[in-house]
Amino acid sequence: MSDALEIAAAVRAGSLKAADVVEQHLAAIDGREPEIHAFNLVMVEQARERAAAIDAMVAAGNDPGPLAGVPVALKDNMCTRGVPTTCSSKILDGWKPPYDATIVTKLADAGAVVIGKTNLDEFAMGSSTENSAFGPTRNPHDTSRVPGGSSGGSAAAVAAGFASIGLGSDTGGSIRQPAALCGVVGVKPTYGYVSRYGLIAFASSLDQIGPLTNTVADSALMLDVIGGHDPMDSTSIPVAHPSLLDAIGEGVEGMRVGRITDLPEGADPDVLERTELAFDALRDAGAKIVDVEVPAFTFGLTAYYLIAPAEASSNLARYDGVRYGLRVEAPDTNAMYGVTRAAGFGDEVKRRVMLGTYALSAGYYDAYYGKALKVRRLIHDEFERAYQHADVLLTPASPSVAFPFGAKGDNPLAMYLCDVYTIPANLSGHPGMSVPFGTGADGLPVGVQVLAGTLCEPQMFRAAAALERAAR
Amino acid sequence: MSAFDGLPGDWELVVGLEVHVELATVTKLFSASPNRFGDEPNTNIDPVTLGLPGALPVLNRQAVELAMRIGLALNCTVQPCTFHRKNYFYPDMPKAYQISQYDQPLNVDGFLALPDGTRIGIERAHMEEDTGKSTHFGGAGGRIHGSDYSLIDFNRAGVPLVEIVSRPDIRSAEQARQYVTELRAILLAVGASDAKMEEGSMRVDANVSVHKPGTEFGTRCEIKNVNSVRSIGRAIEYEARRQIDLLEGGDKVRQETRHWDEGDGRTHTLRSKEDADDYRYFLEPDLVPVAPSAEWIAEVRAALPMLPAARRARLAEAAGVAADSEAAMVVVDRGQDDYVLAVGDAGGDIGRALVHVKEAWADSPSVPAADLAKLTTMEVAGKLTATQAKTVVAELIDNDGGDAEAIAKAKGFEAMAADSLGPLVDQAIAENGDAWAKFCAGEGKAMGALVGAVMKLSQGKADGKAVTALLNSRRA
Amino acid sequence: MSERISVEIVTKVARLARLDLTPEEIDRTTAQLSGMLEHFADIDALQLDDVEPMAQPYPLDNVFRDDVIVDGLDRDEVLAAAPAAEDGRFRVPPIIGLDV
Repeated sequence: MSDALEIAAAVRAGSLKAADVVEQHLAAIDGREPEIHAFNLVMVEQARERAAAIDAMVAAGNDPGPLAGVPVALKDNMCTRGVPTTCSSKILDGWKPPYDATIVTKLADAGAVVIGKTNLDEFAMGSSTENSAFGPTRNPHDTSRVPGGSSGGSAAAVAAGFASIGLGSDTGGSIRQPAALCGVVGVKPTYGYVSRYGLIAFASSLDQIGPLTNTVADSALMLDVIGGHDPMDSTSIPVAHPSLLDAIGEGVEGMRVGRITDLPEGADPDVLERTELAFDALRDAGAKIVDVEVPAFTFGLTAYYLIAPAEASSNLARYDGVRYGLRVEAPDTNAMYGVTRAAGFGDEVKRRVMLGTYALSAGYYDAYYGKALKVRRLIHDEFERAYQHADVLLTPASPSVAFPFGAKGDNPLAMYLCDVYTIPANLSGHPGMSVPFGTGADGLPVGVQVLAGTLCEPQMFRAAAALERAAR
Repeated sequence: MSAFDGLPGDWELVVGLEVHVELATVTKLFSASPNRFGDEPNTNIDPVTLGLPGALPVLNRQAVELAMRIGLALNCTVQPCTFHRKNYFYPDMPKAYQISQYDQPLNVDGFLALPDGTRIGIERAHMEEDTGKSTHFGGAGGRIHGSDYSLIDFNRAGVPLVEIVSRPDIRSAEQARQYVTELRAILLAVGASDAKMEEGSMRVDANVSVHKPGTEFGTRCEIKNVNSVRSIGRAIEYEARRQIDLLEGGDKVRQETRHWDEGDGRTHTLRSKEDADDYRYFLEPDLVPVAPSAEWIAEVRAALPMLPAARRARLAEAAGVAADSEAAMVVVDRGQDDYVLAVGDAGGDIGRALVHVKEAWADSPSVPAADLAKLTTMEVAGKLTATQAKTVVAELIDNDGGDAEAIAKAKGFEAMAADSLGPLVDQAIAENGDAWAKFCAGEGKAMGALVGAVMKLSQGKADGKAVTALLNSRRA
Repeated sequence: MSERISVEIVTKVARLARLDLTPEEIDRTTAQLSGMLEHFADIDALQLDDVEPMAQPYPLDNVFRDDVIVDGLDRDEVLAAAPAAEDGRFRVPPIIGLDV
């Protein structure tokens, strides 16, 4: 049994032991983790203890919560108290946070069993998990290929049956793209839907936590648990969100599904073909397909690669060897900063820190960061106009299926293009999700992306559920 | 306006002051750790204070309230505002950026009036977080230079600050001292800070330049490490002369930050502004804008207490003295003015009450206002001499009050009525012929001997002024 | 390929970001950033004069916290994770060459 909804219902009912669920998943890990490397840390003892505690609660007649006994894999950029949280970086290797992220507390309160911390591109910067300082994760569908990134570990963990649900973070597509490449559902909610307190920041105005799951319903369940206002996060939306689980059965009769006519080119033919079939499926289910324009969509990549590194350059300045993490000794503090950060950060992180520092620096702010913020406004406003004519939009999630290790070569830009379809929703703050929709070249999974307006997760999930039904 | 005594030629001094003030909140600006001075190091810490990965700031409403009080008390406009990150590396800066306010600060365009009424413009008063504290070991005198290592305490990191930036309207060291003194009094009056320079809850940096009137302002230097009101004056005066010497010698003043050394009475180069970090200011993405409602601003304004300048004006008018007279300034500064006015309400003479209060008490007067009122009434009615009144006051203090009339009677004090003085004055004139002759010849000094003689004859009950008047009229 | 950024500027930026890069890394970064900036010049074609910048995606204001103490972190736990600590404080090498 892998679906979280089923597991939780059975554990709560007492017909399934959380301990058995954990052992089943640990066995899967034993089997394939050595070749997949989805985890930085498998929390074997903690998971067993937690499962036992859940079972004890049920036996005592208490309800552990809506995720009772569900094994969850957490991306290793979410703070877990007393448990190493590394961001797959040497600069945080071995660091144990003295506090829990808000979502970790919510998971615990809901009865979930955290089974491990998953691998990622270092500090969430990447689209293949090849930038991890601890070695890459391999795609369970074809281990010569990447799982996508930066939440490659969580995507692979769910795809390989190591966990029922994975949590990832999405700044430019880091949940949706690996979900597409691994054939699982991946959701980036509206910015502010899920608390960022305890999520180690990459780009503060773009980051959001979201689920990777086998089913659309499991993602809805997870968002119902982890979503909501958090007083510890000033940017979290102070409204109560309606239950998504309740919304997804409603079908798409009469729903307007937008096709972006000026979408950037570059998607492979197999991906485009599956996307067309997805439009057909929604039409067959009663939706109306409409054309919309988002002319600035194509400039999202540039705006993102100026805004995100700029915020990251500031967010990562705290890794200075003073209070925690790696320190390389030097004769004075200033020198210590330079050698520590050079030793602790990988190439991609250094590159983005440099780009971001430059984009913010005196004399260049207006030309780069300042301009990018205006492009962001343009993209947001164009989406808002599109959502007056369409309830959801449908695009490919990734331009291609999973690619081989090293395929993007030495050219960082080639890698950045992986996120061309996912980035704009981070810039605008709108929600987006990837839904598996068949296979493409070499039998590898293809994901299609459903986009919706601010706090329009219910519509987004309804369309996704319809696609899921059609894909079966 | 000319500079202080001793500034050579027609050089004019131009000073702007940047004052950082720690707000008197219970908790820090962006997190719920205590805002307390003097605790064991690193005991007031949390993920936000330490800049731990994943930590996020949340703004303390009370800090905004106190910052608004400061702005309104300085006649600023309170406006919608945002926070920015100021990025630079320093070990006491836990995030390697300081959250501050940049182009949209909370308070703008105010002024502070010095006691003589001169207005010093306030450009802005914005909110920002404080840094931790580093202590240096191994070097001489705990200085960074030559140290072997440093230890950092983050208790102070995240404490709310308001930075008050004046316009360069100050023209003398004395004005600078007055500005800081008055600012401190305002901060205490509105309860925004305890503003103790010796504890670091008020820190003053001075921007100093010199120029000749009618020319552009000169290059300015920022002076740091000025830790008392007195030092402010000394540092400014030293720096002005240093710059004048340079300029008169044909050299240029380099724009830089200088460190005031109280020990040797000089400023020293700290760093050149040209090498300064590029702070890469950008809007703080983890915080949202603050737009205080008109209602909130009105509430804060209405709740402001009477400020020192208004208190001095009120007291001065009631007592018939100048608002910037020493008596008015001292008594208001000590918070004794309400008491003095109460003596007036109880029927006493405010002028006399002011004198007594200033002399007798360093803080709260211990005598009921009505009792002091009675004393002052007796004085102005001529029933007590000044000397006698002082003695009565001393007794009132000893007993925390009392009946001035009864005390005076018990001591046998009665000022002599002026008409009964006449015979005594005549008697003194008769008995002191030499002195009288000298006095009539115009030697004013001889008056003293004659007054003394009358005092003796009256057993101290004669009022000195009345005696003098009588002697003058006899001579005429 | 046009040089959108120079080695001098990259060197300065690396110093600002406190990253000790080798000369080879400086050269490589210069080439890579130059290539990226060349691509990013595509936004120069947009008419942005009347567009307001958007720094935050969801419009909120006046988010506050009450001025009430909440228990913080344990000093021992925190200092145990520190690279160097002494006397209840974080220890660092001499602080020279840094702006205050």
